Amino acid sequence: MKFRSPLVRAKGLGAAKSGVDHWLAQRVAAVALVPLVIWFVIGLIGQVGADYESVKAWVGRPVNAVLLILLLGTMFHHAQLGMQVIYEDYIHTNWLKIASIYLTKFAAYLLAVGASFAVLKVALGG
Amino acid sequence: MAQISLPANSRVTEGKTYSAPPGAKNIKRFKVYRWDPESGQNPRLDTYEVDLDTCGPMVLDALIKIKNEIDSTLTFRRSCREGICGSCAMNIDGTNTLACTKAISDIKGDVRVYPLPHMPVIKDLVPDLSHFYAQYASIRPWLRTQTPPPPDRERLQSREDRAKLDGLYECILCACCSTSCPSYWWNSDRYLGPAILLQAYRWIVDSRDEDTGTRLDELEDPFKLYRCHTIMNCAKTCPKGLNPAKAIAEIKKLLVERRF
Repeated sequence: MKFRSPLVRAKGLGAAKSGVDHWLAQRVAAVALVPLVIWFVIGLIGQVGADYESVKAWVGRPVNAVLLILLLGTMFHHAQLGMQVIYEDYIHTNWLKIASIYLTKFAAYLLAVGASFAVLKVALGG
Repeated sequence: MAQISLPANSRVTEGKTYSAPPGAKNIKRFKVYRWDPESGQNPRLDTYEVDLDTCGPMVLDALIKIKNEIDSTLTFRRSCREGICGSCAMNIDGTNTLACTKAISDIKGDVRVYPLPHMPVIKDLVPDLSHFYAQYASIRPWLRTQTPPPPDRERLQSREDRAKLDGLYECILCACCSTSCPSYWWNSDRYLGPAILLQAYRWIVDSRDEDTGTRLDELEDPFKLYRCHTIMNCAKTCPKGLNPAKAIAEIKKLLVERRF
């Protein structure tokens, strides 16, 4: 960075022309999570003290299975968006920052797909 | 990667104490950050006892009195002494503010005076603001137009449109807000910070400016703009009572608006 003007350093590589989608998606997901989580907690309270078969039947009901998969997808999507923000804030080693972002994305989608598969398996039997 | 503790040569040590002259009754102690790059020594905290009966009411008055009468080596920036130039921005009693508009009587106990946080220090209370000013230059903060002005008059603006600049035009670029922002502390190399983003919005919202789209393009970036997490330190510390966080939120809203 020696012999470069302060303006060159301030401008850097210019604007990435992105960030709006990420910002908006994080907020939309947050708003969507409010009713989904309320529904989920109420549903769980309804199963307090219930046996395994009863909970399995509850998960297997079509409306519940669809909402559960939506909850899982939204939750893990929101989580990886939020983690990305934290990495961008605090990790200043570029390769580590990029690796952390993508590993978290992979982990989030693995968990989302795995958990959704479990719900489907209960719902569709087998 | 991460640096948890201060490097050894940055730790602040206890400095000298300059006692008040005998006979002084109304004494206030000023603990001032001192660092001289030429001495090769660590920064230190010097204590000056100031007789408030012979001192003006503001912290800047005390600093000038110290420099004139007690220790002429004390270095700080100041100019207008009435809160319009922004030169004497520093961290007083734990908050970034202007020394010239901060009343000594508002501070309980000793008055602790440090340079603006997380900036390179040139000497004592003087921070290096080169990067901050370069970031300001990078938004090209002037009226950008294609249409030539009317030949017989200035570019007109309705009262309503002029009112949109209230709360923005008052910014004096003292850097109190930006240097109070944790996001600016961690990422000031790329994040523009509250002061510069408020200035950017001041031109975006100006009805006479014809380059709004380009201005938004130049801000649409995860680091330049979206490091703002609405922490609100900027609005809390602004010595002019402005709200940079709101200006940043307006920029984010416009970036969404042009999507739909």
